[in-house]
Amino acid sequence: MKEVSLTITKNVPLNLDTYKMVLRGDTAGLKAGQFLELTVPGFFLRRPFGIADSTDNSLTILYKNVGQGTAAMTTLKEGQVLSALIGLGNGFNLKKSKKPLVIGGGIGIAPLYKLCKEFNAMGIKPQIVLGFRGSDDAFYIDEFAKLGNVTVSTDDGCIGFFGNAVECVDFHLPDYDYYFACGPLVMLKNLAARDTQGEISLEARMGCGFGACMGCSIQTTKGARRVCKEGPIFSAGEVIFND
Amino acid sequence: MIDTKVVLFGHTLDNPIIPASGTFGFGYEFSEYYDINILGSIALKATTLEPRFGNPLPRIAECPAGMINAIGLQNPGVDAVINKELPRLSRSYSKAVIANIGGSTTEDYIKTAEKFNSADSVFAVELNISCPNVKEGGMAFGTNEKTAYNLIKAVKSVSKKPILVKLSPNVTDIVSMALAAQDAGADGISLINTLVGMRIDLKTAKPIISVKTGGYSGPGVFPVALRMVYQVAKAVTLPIIGMGGVMSAQDVIEMMYAGASAVMVGTANLIDPFASKRIIEKLPAAMQELKINKLSNIIGRSLNE
Repeated sequence: MKEVSLTITKNVPLNLDTYKMVLRGDTAGLKAGQFLELTVPGFFLRRPFGIADSTDNSLTILYKNVGQGTAAMTTLKEGQVLSALIGLGNGFNLKKSKKPLVIGGGIGIAPLYKLCKEFNAMGIKPQIVLGFRGSDDAFYIDEFAKLGNVTVSTDDGCIGFFGNAVECVDFHLPDYDYYFACGPLVMLKNLAARDTQGEISLEARMGCGFGACMGCSIQTTKGARRVCKEGPIFSAGEVIFND
Repeated sequence: MIDTKVVLFGHTLDNPIIPASGTFGFGYEFSEYYDINILGSIALKATTLEPRFGNPLPRIAECPAGMINAIGLQNPGVDAVINKELPRLSRSYSKAVIANIGGSTTEDYIKTAEKFNSADSVFAVELNISCPNVKEGGMAFGTNEKTAYNLIKAVKSVSKKPILVKLSPNVTDIVSMALAAQDAGADGISLINTLVGMRIDLKTAKPIISVKTGGYSGPGVFPVALRMVYQVAKAVTLPIIGMGGVMSAQDVIEMMYAGASAVMVGTANLIDPFASKRIIEKLPAAMQELKINKLSNIIGRSLNE
């Protein structure tokens, strides 16, 4: 974890309510699956976002306008400087797989983009399933298509497979040895129920984002774990899903 | 020469800054970020007799000038705290700490307090009778004078450590609670714990916090905390640790003017992991600007104004 000042270089809509923000600063050494805590001017708590992409001097987040904080983010301009804590969380374990299946749902596809890029750097082209509610919600399909073999599913059938991402996996039965997933909790729960050989990235309302407040603790087969500190990536078999 | 030392229960602290219980874990994790030996002391996460997972998620809701939490006293239990967490903390922190204990019954508090008797690195025990986030015990002990008196007296009879009683602001008369604690033999008073609050999700009309309400903390509560420290300081002779929304070195001085002998920094640690460090580093300059040479001289300066 380190505290950095990041300068917005891009903040553009990708569809009706999903945005891409690129920030410049000292962002070296970030791992796929890690997240940052961003200070949005006028709001008390920092906000956690998965890292969608990063280099030594810039990072990208993809965010959805879902509340007052993210609505304020959409109005931020290029050149504005924001405080952030970066390098938070554990990150995906890429060594687990030679034939990865990457499954994303909605805004949860964000951290999977960096994951797919890192697999490419290892000479591996992953199988990718991207699930959206409908065509209005879809984004980043072309970007993912450059990194692997993409199958899209939509709940309304507008694009690709007619159904959710898990049903899409069940239908196509892609050949894989281990999966990596991020998306709505119900999607992760259903994936874990059909196969425990994978890693899932969890989301939570956080207080601090670095392990101090215990605001995001979940129950696992190994005991209580903090989504922000021991996670956000957990082995699919260890998470105890509460209804 | 600027002197930031203060004395608490005969124990000299290099400065009055103590991260508040529940905002600093068991301390050692912050040593990844800075040398925590600069801290005056540390108040450990509330500890109960048995391990507790706490409340379901969500446990956190944001507010304009702070946050609501409903953790529910998640902790590994007193035996693990003494055998694992304290030794781990002692590897990165060489000073004495304040243990914080919670419970559902008087028996829980007594047994937990007794176990801390043997913990050498603990120089005081803070009695949490003000947690708003547990079904039984917690705040129920801290909102009734008679119940608080009996509990404190019972814990005092077994504990070999000075007992600091952490008061809840969710009472009609904070002074009578403080006097009850003093009469029961408390060695000090810390205040305030969080104010009971809630937020509702606009889209679903459901409370955001899983257990509906939680404890509100952050800079929004500072004026309330300051007022309560001031009122209690006027009424009791015990040392007071002030807390509630302290964000800056200036806030620390204000709390001490109101009668605090030391100051706990809580929620600030959660939005800025370096908050306690920054406050300590800025304290000498803030003192100099106000022509304060010896910090302990300002304790209660406003009480006669």
